[in-house]
Formats: sequence, structure tokens, C-alpha cells
Amino acid sequence: MSKLIVDGIEIDVPPEYTLLQACETAGAEIPRFCFHERLSIAGNCRMCLVEVKGGPPKPAASCAMAVRDLRPGPNGEPPEVFTKSPMVKKAREGVMEFLLVNHPLDCPICDQGGECDLQDQAMAFGVDSSRYIENKRAVEDKYIGALVRTSMNRCIHCTRCVRFTAEVAGTSDMGAIGRGEDMEITTYLETAMTSELQGNVADLCPVGALLPKPYAFKARAWELSKTEAIDIMDALGSAIRIDTRGREVMRILPRLNDAVNEEWISDKARQIVDGLKVRRLDRPYIRKDGKLVAATWQEAFAVIAEKVKMTTADRIGAVAGDLASLEDLFALQSLMRQIGTINLDARQDGVKLDPKFGRASYLFNPSIEGIDEADALMIVGSNPRKEAPVFNARIRKRWLKGNFPIGLIGEKADLTYPYECLGAGPETLASFLGLPSAKKEKPVLLVGQGALARPDGEAVLGLAIKVAVALGVIKDGWNGFGILHTAASRVGALDLGFVPGQKDGVKGLDTQAMTKVGALDVLFNLGADEITIEPGAFVVYQGTHGDRGASRADVILPGATYTEKSGLYVNTEGRVQLSDRANFPPGEAREDWAILRALSDVLGTRLPFDSLAGLRGALYAAHPHLAEIDGIAVIDPIDPSRFGGLGEPDGKIPFVSPVVDFYATNPIARASAVMAECSALAQGLARQAAE
Amino acid sequence: MLEDKDRIFTNLYGFGDWSLKGARARGAWDNTKGLIEKGKDWIINEMKASGLRGRGGAGFPTGLKWSFMPKADPTRPSYLVVNADESEPGTCKDREIMRNDPHLLIEGCLIASFAMEAHACYIYIRGEYIFERERLEAAIAQAYEAKLVGKDNIHGWPFDIYVHHGAGAYICGEETALLESLEGKKGMPRMKPPFPANMGLYGCPTTVNNVESIAVAPTILRRGAAWFSGFGAKNNAGTKLFCISGHVNKRCNVEEAMSIPFRELIDRHCGGIRGGWDNLLAVIPGGSSVPCVPAHEIIDAPMDFDTLRGLKSGLGTAAVIVMDKSTDIVRAIARLSHFYKHESCGQCTPCREGTGWLWRVMMRMAEGRAQKREIDMLLDVTTRIEGHTICALGDAAAWPVQGLIRHFRSEIEKRIDEYAANPHSEPVGDFGVAAE
Repeated sequence: MSKLIVDGIEIDVPPEYTLLQACETAGAEIPRFCFHERLSIAGNCRMCLVEVKGGPPKPAASCAMAVRDLRPGPNGEPPEVFTKSPMVKKAREGVMEFLLVNHPLDCPICDQGGECDLQDQAMAFGVDSSRYIENKRAVEDKYIGALVRTSMNRCIHCTRCVRFTAEVAGTSDMGAIGRGEDMEITTYLETAMTSELQGNVADLCPVGALLPKPYAFKARAWELSKTEAIDIMDALGSAIRIDTRGREVMRILPRLNDAVNEEWISDKARQIVDGLKVRRLDRPYIRKDGKLVAATWQEAFAVIAEKVKMTTADRIGAVAGDLASLEDLFALQSLMRQIGTINLDARQDGVKLDPKFGRASYLFNPSIEGIDEADALMIVGSNPRKEAPVFNARIRKRWLKGNFPIGLIGEKADLTYPYECLGAGPETLASFLGLPSAKKEKPVLLVGQGALARPDGEAVLGLAIKVAVALGVIKDGWNGFGILHTAASRVGALDLGFVPGQKDGVKGLDTQAMTKVGALDVLFNLGADEITIEPGAFVVYQGTHGDRGASRADVILPGATYTEKSGLYVNTEGRVQLSDRANFPPGEAREDWAILRALSDVLGTRLPFDSLAGLRGALYAAHPHLAEIDGIAVIDPIDPSRFGGLGEPDGKIPFVSPVVDFYATNPIARASAVMAECSALAQGLARQAAE
Repeated sequence: MLEDKDRIFTNLYGFGDWSLKGARARGAWDNTKGLIEKGKDWIINEMKASGLRGRGGAGFPTGLKWSFMPKADPTRPSYLVVNADESEPGTCKDREIMRNDPHLLIEGCLIASFAMEAHACYIYIRGEYIFERERLEAAIAQAYEAKLVGKDNIHGWPFDIYVHHGAGAYICGEETALLESLEGKKGMPRMKPPFPANMGLYGCPTTVNNVESIAVAPTILRRGAAWFSGFGAKNNAGTKLFCISGHVNKRCNVEEAMSIPFRELIDRHCGGIRGGWDNLLAVIPGGSSVPCVPAHEIIDAPMDFDTLRGLKSGLGTAAVIVMDKSTDIVRAIARLSHFYKHESCGQCTPCREGTGWLWRVMMRMAEGRAQKREIDMLLDVTTRIEGHTICALGDAAAWPVQGLIRHFRSEIEKRIDEYAANPHSEPVGDFGVAAE
């Protein structure tokens, strides 16, 4: 620890702290533009200048100077830093004036207005008038993709966007061309950015130069109500903030959560917004003479009740999709239990994870944050860049720190970091069995759905566990075995046991069996849109969008999307998180648990809860570990002996990542025009000229 | 006046043979092994004792700089980088060294590298210096052939020397921007600390020296520190190449003792001021980035670091730009402002935005199309650039304007009055610089 004095306050901070951090520890406010905690230090905006006693007679950039670089006074006094001295005041005013000489005064028509660093800091640290009377610089706007709109006159050249794409996203899409006054930020040839995290550059931009394109001119920051929620576009459970105006979701922004997403979110999480408003199911429908006809809730329920009463329990089944909250799943599971069926499944991709192997067998055990301290990584059957881009950025961050070998078994892809491609399928994975344990303290074995969502998935899982034990991935004090999920609802569903049950020695049907011709007479489909239900069964589809599930429905019950309901989600590492409601479902659509509760009444199997609180009470009683909001319950560790007798995987069939098109993995994304444009850009199908 | 026997650059004008043979005849590569055998500590102490101050402009003691290099570490090799990106307007001394006496530089590289335990030396040469690069490369090839340098040279210090050709950016003469450029990145200065002696080229300890500082080292060591420190005033020792341009009768590059009075320098080597000493208006004594000094202050001033700093100017690279009374001093400084605006790298705010502002106001002032209160504003703007930037280019842009206002404020005011008496609506001229 080093002592120093900031504005007369003596503090003790680690020597590797920057002056900026030290000043903040002492409670002094330091303005900054280019500095960002999660990016490298550029030191180019010069806004954070402070005076250092005993140093050169000029101010120092506090973001770039470390406390250890300071020299003590002649008699060993602690070094002294001033943040409010006349020299500092003059420096800040000067820099602010320079920033503003070429910055347009278009705050009234700038979307950044009201949440603009330049605006705020000009108020706090600038002067009231300008002495610059020459013409301002004009810079052409650039096309940099479908998600970020540019207004380059406003750019203050802080290079946060350049550093983000180069360091965090790992795509080096952006850069600065020209020099001096003529320096311009661009994607060089005005191509679209290629990162799945590109939307974050708009958040990073301290001014209105880079703004979210779909949100352009839609709202002002101060009109919006802010709701804390959890993203469900992937299984990471990134912390998001949903901004609404009235009933409409205007935009989605990341929240800080160092344990999960730091402060980034993927483009799908951010720009899904328009998909929430279109193709919505806003009233119940009943299929009459082959056509779906609008109906009332009573009519729809009556049709279902009639059908269910005619059917025996073993001919009824339920499938749940990827976006369901714990409450929805629990309500449907309870209803199915009341009816008496054991045909339940929430694994529409056919992944062979099962609660019978223990909770740790389907979690990302090293935890997302644990990647930061891991020292080796093997990826099996996954493309983390497409399946969880924010997590991929975290792997990249760990790789950047060095000494982090990465191996991959599966499809080759650009993951934004180099790795060694070891092979394609189970054969390669099995070849690790004979090898000695890796000489690593904290190795991680990341197993993706591509390795498990196949007929021999159980055998691959068993093999992966064996390999993990052999390589020292699972050992005392460290469990580096991690499943990377792609569905937000999956871990929660497995926690609830939303899988085929067992009764009188008969095993319930799984998704693949239930959707076969003639397998069932009545199928409840809770938002499962990635499966094809073959003819025969009477399908009750409860969901939000007119997607594949709705088109194969006999009755449609309109539900609520994740922004429209308060729900619990369990992410891939087993973290239970609570998402708040930001707006209301459209038309006659209702929250899903309430629909199921109302339906249960009509079916004569009333569910034992009347409110969300009641439901959660029952849920917590049945599964106490789910009451630990924001925590990861450690129960049921991996027991390798449970994985015996699972057979041999088919070694020749390569692992294939389940995410083919990152921008179209769920019904909300498929409804979004913005996601469609991104998808087209990513596939090189569409070329858009500069704006 | 410096006698011929005391000159280090005996082939400065290229009258002799530049090649190894000629250089040897003039005394280069003479018993270099003997110098090396005396050890690195002796070399560094001798350089310190000689009082040599860096010839690139800042005047930092060279021996001291060499002594900052940490002990050799096999995982972090040390590097010597020679800054031959001579782009300061008015300066043309390194060019003559590389053209006509390249072996002095190469020998200096070997000795300096040995003194700081570097096995590799990079010479970063200015993009426009094509002939000089060819000459230097030819000289290096000769040295390799004669086994004077190379992996197994006769001096017993494995040593490689590389010439890197820049792309002609002024900012790449700034030592950390030079290192960035050498690493293949954009030539933008780095933040200091860490200093290059600690974290330089490829993150390894690096010393960046000017061509002249390195080229004089072998002669200093051969003839002794006392000989070198015998020239010039205290703390301003040695001989120095002066590049005299502008309104003198005979413009020239000349090696002279430090602290030579300005009048003597001009009279002896340049045939006096054009139109006589009464016709002298002002002098920029150290390359475009130092403030100008009016005639009456400079005429009898000794040309060295400390005296010129006392005149609120600087010796810089000793590129003496002489301006007689025919000079439009405001326009001349405005042209320099354009140079700095053009060469600003654009990395940090005060320089990027400020240099353009300075230039635009200076252009108006050159025609008198300004308010008198803007003179103070201009001065204030320069103080907000100076000292607030990452590198010294911001200072370099501010100083000429400060010098102008300090000494020629009346000239600007006169210009403003003249224009106010006869205003017109023609657009502000740029004197053709935009077309350049």
C-alpha cells in the first residue's frame, strides 16, 4: 500500500492504482472521456488532468499515471495530488473548450442529450461561453452496420469504440484514419461491424457520435421508466435494464453485473426490441375448419377442457420452450401433475441432460466469473461466440492476460481468440482418457449443447465426465466441468425436474417421442417453437409470437414475453435471478402462470395458488435452493459413478453447434426486423450502402 | 572559432570519400575494439564527463540517458534506437552525417549499444530521406563485410544494425511515436511514464538517441571527455552542427563550438546578414518549434542551451532560421502554425483541436482580419495547449505563436489597424498552403 494525499486527504491505496482511482478513493471527482474501467488506457482526452506536487510544472493525466510513479517529497512526505487547484481548473476548462470547438451544438436533436458525458461535464467543468468563431469541422457520417448509427461531427476521438472492438469484441472492426484534425473514426471501408457485441460501442460512446440505430429519434432519456430485468436470449442471464415509455419497450441496456456480463450485452439481447411488438398473439384463437379463428378466453378454455376430459392422462403431454420462466414451468408442471401425466419435457433440442445425474451435471460449474482465474480451457461441441457472445468475450479477456491454452473439439469457427483444433467428435474426446492429468491448477472443460443434443448425448456426457476426471478438471477444491446452455429456461426446467417422469415402471415420453405421429392426443406447448409437431395430436399452444408453434396449434393462448412478466430464471451456471416486469402484454394476452391457473379451474384441477407470491411460495417450498436469488446453490456435486453404463458414443459423428444463425434463435428474434437485417449482413446476403 | 583539427565531422560537405575506406582514412573505426575493451562503465562515465547534451532538441545529457538502461536481462533484451527522422523545419544536420559520414554513425551505434548492452540497433530514417537511406545501407553493408558489425564481428560484441524507413510523418520523430511506428503501429506518442528506458521497443528497455548524439560518441571517447568539454560554456559543452538558413548571404551547415556568439557564427560562416546587421528582424534559433528571438536580443547572444532558454527560446536542433526585415513575420509564423496543424497526430484533444484553431486565427491575423482582443485570446489558447498534451508537439505548436506575440505584438496590431481602415469581403487567404 502507498500513502498519498489527495486534496489534503491522506489515503492509503495499492501502488498499482492509477491516480484517477486513488482520487476517487479519496472522494474527488475526476472528469474523463477516454478512460473506461474495462478498456485499455489511452490517455488521449486529457480531461482527467490533475496537479502533482513535486512533478513537472504541468498537469498529469491521472488515468495513465500510477500511484507508484509518484515521488515522495524531499523529507519522505507522501506525494500530493490536487484535483481542485487553479492549474487543474484551467486545464479542464481548456480541454473542454477544445473538445467543444468542433463539436456541433445540436444537443436538442441529439439522442444522447440528457445522458451525454460531454453535456454533463461541460456543465460541471467547462466555461459558459465559447471563444471559437471559426467554422466548425464537418465530418461525413459513416456506415458501420445495422445497429449503430453514426453522427461523426460529434465525435471527440476518445477511441473507446476502437479499443472495445479490438480488445473486448476481438474483431478490430473500427479504427481511426487520417491524423490531426482530420482524424476520423470508421470501419475503414465502411463495412458493417462483424461482432455480436457491436451494440455496446453506442453505450461506450461518451457523446452522440455512435447511437443505437433502431432507437434513433424514438425517445428522450428522461421520458423513460427503467426496469431491472434479466436477458433470456441466451442462457447467460445477462443483467439488463428495460427502458419503457408508457406501455412500449423503447430500448434495452446492460446493467453492471461483474459475476455474469460485466457491462456488456449481446446485440440480440439489446436490439430484440422491435420483435416484442410485432407478430404478437394478442387474443386466444381456436382452429375451426382448419383455420384459426379469434375467440374469447372462455371459448378457448372450453374447447381445451372438452378435449382433455375425453383423453386419458397417458395420452396427454407437455413441452416447454426456451424462454419460459421458472413460474411458467412450475405452473405447467403442477397442472400436468394434477392431470396425472408423466409426459413432460423442456428440452426441445433433445439434449440428454437430466436431473437424475445430479445438479452439477448440467451446470457451468466453474462459474462464469471463474473463467477469469482458469488456466486452461477445452471447448467441446460448442461455439461460444454464437451461443453466448458475452461469455465468449470473457474467455477472450482471460486469453488476453496470457498463459491460457485453449483447445477445441468440434466445429472450427472464428472465436476471436486462437485455439488449437484437436478434432471433431467423440473419438477425439475419448483419446484424452489415456493421457496423464493436465498440469494445471484450474482447467475448464466446456461442453456445449452440440455435444449433448444428439441421440448418443448421454454417452457423450458420460465420456466427458470421465475425461474431466482423468484430466483433473474435476478434483478436490475445483470443478472445471461446465455445460454451456443455449436456452434461458433450461437449467430452471432441469432444476424443477421438468423432464419425462416415471410411473409404475413406465417412463414418460420426451419431446422427440411426444411430437411423433399419433404419440399423444393432447399436447400442451408452452412456447416451444423450434420443434415440428407431427399431425395427430390436439395442440394447445401458449406463447407470444405467431411463429412455428402457433401455426401448428389447435388452440392458441396468448402469453407474455419476458419484459411483460416478473419471472425467475436460472442461468447456465445455476444462478437464480429475478427479472421485473417492465410493461404489459398486448391485447388480451396474460401472464403465463395466470393463464395456466385459470385453465386449471376450467379443467377441474385447480392449482393451489392464486397469486404470483403464492406460486413462488409453493415453488420455494418444493425447491428450496431456488429461493436463493442471485446465488448459486451448491448441491448435488458430480458423482462419476452415476455415469456408468451409458454406452459408447458414435465416435465418427462430429459435434455441430446448435446455433446456426445467431440472430434467429427464438420467436422474438425471428419477429425482429433488426435481427433479420443483422442476420442478412452476417451472411453477406445484403449489402447496404452508406446512409 | 573551431579549428579544423577539432572538427568531428570532417567530411560534412562530402568533399571526401564517404565509404569505409575514406572514413578509415579520416580516423573512423580506429581502435574501436580498444574503446570497447575499456568496458561499458568507462564509456558511460566518459560520456557523462564530456557533458554531451542530446542533439535532438531537448538537450538531455546523453551519458545520463545511457546510464538509465537496466542491467541486461535475457528475457527482455535492450535496444538502441537511433532517431534519424529529422523533420524539424530548418534542420538538415543528420542528413549530411548520413550522406557523407555514415560510418561515424555506425561506429557510434556499436559503441552505444555496447554501453547499454544492446545487441540490436534500429535506425529509423525519415521517409523523405531516400538517398540518405541508400547511402546508410551501403555503409552498413560495408561494415558488415569488414566484420565491423554483425553477429561475429571483430569487436567481440554481437551486434546487428537495421535501417527502418519511415513514411514521412513529423510526429514519428517523437521518441515514443517513433517506437510505435517501428513496431508497425500508427505513429502516435505513448504516455509517459513508463519511459522507454523501462518499457520501450516491444516493451523492452530502449534508448532513443539523435543521429548526431550517437555519431559524435566515438570521437569523444577517442579524444577524451576533457577535449570535448573544453568547448562551449559550462553545462553546454562540445561542438555542434548548426544549420543556418534564411536571410543570410551564404546559408550553410557548419560544425562550431557551442556558445559561439550569434554574430560570430553568421559573420564567419554565412557571410553576414542579407543587407547588413541592421536589416536583421528576428531569428528562430533552434528549428521551427522554438519561439523567435528579436534581433537586438540575439545578436550578441552565445548560441547554447542555457542562454537561449534565458531568452525564452531554445537551442533545439540548432537550426538557425534568420529573418531579415523583408519578412512578413506574422505570415511566417502562421505558416508554421499550418505545419503543426498538419502534423498533429490527432491523438489527444488540446493538440488536435488547438493547432487548427491557432492556424485559423493566425491566418486571419496575417491579414489583420481580427480584433485586438483576439491577440490575448490567442496567447491564452496557446497556454491551454502547452503542457496539456501527451507529447511535446503541442508545446512546439504553441511556442512560435507565443514568441510572435511576445515580441511582435505591435506588428499584429498594426496589421489589424490597417485592415480596419480598409476592410474588404475577400475570403481569408491561405497563402497557397492548402495546395501544398
